[in-house]
Amino acid sequence: MSVTTGIGELPADPILERRALIQSIARGSLARRAVVSRLMLGVCGLAFLAASTVLVWIVYLLVAKGFHWISINFFTQDPLTPTVFQQNLLGGIRNAIRGSIVIDGIALVIAIPVGIVAGHLLAVSENVFANAVRSTAEVMTGLPSILFGIFVYEFMIIRFHSHFSGFLGGLALTMIMVPVIMKASEISFRAVPASIREAGLSLGLSKGVVATRIVTPAAAPGLLTAVLLATSRAVGETAPLIWVIGNNYVATWSPYKQQTAIPIAIYNGILNGASPLQQAYAWGSALFLVAVVLCMNLGSRLLAAFLRRERH
Amino acid sequence: MDSAITVPTPSGAMTTGDVEDPRLGAIAMRLKDVSVSFHGRMAVRDVSFEVPDKRVTALIGPSGSGKTTLLRALNRLHDVTRGAKVEGEILLGNTNLYSREIHPTLTRMRVGMVFQRPNPFPTMSIFDNVVSGLRFNGVRKRAVLNEAAESALIAAALWDRVKDRLKMHASSLSGGEQQRLCIARALAVEPEVLLMDEPTSALDPVSTQRIEELLSELKARVSIVIVTHNMQQAARISDLCVFLLMGDDGAGEQIEVAPTQKLFTDPTDRRTLDYIQGRFG
Repeated sequence: MSVTTGIGELPADPILERRALIQSIARGSLARRAVVSRLMLGVCGLAFLAASTVLVWIVYLLVAKGFHWISINFFTQDPLTPTVFQQNLLGGIRNAIRGSIVIDGIALVIAIPVGIVAGHLLAVSENVFANAVRSTAEVMTGLPSILFGIFVYEFMIIRFHSHFSGFLGGLALTMIMVPVIMKASEISFRAVPASIREAGLSLGLSKGVVATRIVTPAAAPGLLTAVLLATSRAVGETAPLIWVIGNNYVATWSPYKQQTAIPIAIYNGILNGASPLQQAYAWGSALFLVAVVLCMNLGSRLLAAFLRRERH
Repeated sequence: MDSAITVPTPSGAMTTGDVEDPRLGAIAMRLKDVSVSFHGRMAVRDVSFEVPDKRVTALIGPSGSGKTTLLRALNRLHDVTRGAKVEGEILLGNTNLYSREIHPTLTRMRVGMVFQRPNPFPTMSIFDNVVSGLRFNGVRKRAVLNEAAESALIAAALWDRVKDRLKMHASSLSGGEQQRLCIARALAVEPEVLLMDEPTSALDPVSTQRIEELLSELKARVSIVIVTHNMQQAARISDLCVFLLMGDDGAGEQIEVAPTQKLFTDPTDRRTLDYIQGRFG
């Protein structure tokens, strides 16, 4: 491509040539880009459809089969055993709800501080020990959750002759939650710019004060997500609890007594699934559990969004 | 090719080199009533001016006057920001950048950008950084890539420094060199307009001076629009100055557009005078 002028042929300008070349190549690829873009959008749409269909189907099933069992009594009564005279005696899952609150509460009280402190330590340290902890956490999140139940059973009940209790269930859930919180909070601590930490240190503040008063609030939305991620996982855990919490039919707040939990109520309902009343427990409990997890997710999203907005 | 050189003397008065009115030259880009809003809140309102071809145009004004916001409208970077809306017309040649027929990626190829902090792609070598815009847009010929890389690196005054270590990581360069690498990366796709968003604000004085010197050479190749909050810098390097100021409702407004020499010696608007004399507030 050369420029014709009155004074004859000038040598081509390499810059203009390159500009023309690159722009023509890019323009030529626009059609292909558009096709690829559509294609990818289609794939994403299909993936969304596949995932949401399953979800919608599950929720539909839960509502269809579980909703008509749910009443005030379902939450305020302990399970009742149908008798010959009262075939329709159902009762509720008050024992399971209370048990879940006790067990998950214990797990949260232990796992949140341990997980967040460990996450912060991991975020600020780069050494062999930290790497070992990091890999261990990685492995632990991948283990089948029943192993934690078996571990607590073996350790506390067989070796130390402890008895079945809600507290042991809390311990098992703690071991599931800590690595999840730790990993997720490490990421949100790392997302806080180093210059903010350094600014705090340069004011003569101690590392602890910088960590608790400056870095942690900055990472709060992420920490909240971390805790929620772990909680929604723990709330639905069944396998580890089966090993260690025993069972009960009368609601109690005591962490030292045998307990039951919502997922266990589902499990028991299915085990005894021959009677429609027992199935009702399962469907009703499952619907309630899904609703709780959904509310927690939504609530924390809103809270995190609020925290973020407040900052800008 | 001779640039407008305005040098502030210690007394604060300006001595001015020979300069022709840049508005006499060709026009690279034309802004007509350009407004930018975020979630319905106006950030820049009704800006209209012409970017002269092969010149340096400086956007100046205090913080919050919308300089950067306006700059990012010029290569459709606001498209990727949720809630951002650009109104008005921005013509590059004869085409409106925001018309439906123009693909935003093509726009950004024609209007390059250099950012406040050096941002070389972290995993790539120096060479790969420079040719990334070409390579990922489909240019495969090794000869073309080599030639473009050399040309861009020479233009960015980095070639002599890096020609023997093109395979090394971009992070091995100093801050000023990284910024020149980013300029080379932007130049390699041969844009018609180069946007620069306070390109020296993160650099030391020596690196800053290098880049300022570079600009006067670069404008032979590409039209430059630069945001700077440093008035001396604007006076030193630009041919045309656009002075923006935040209006009562928080939206940036255009106060005055004039050849740099005129704006700094004989501004029309009282507020311009106040600002360039540092009597602002």
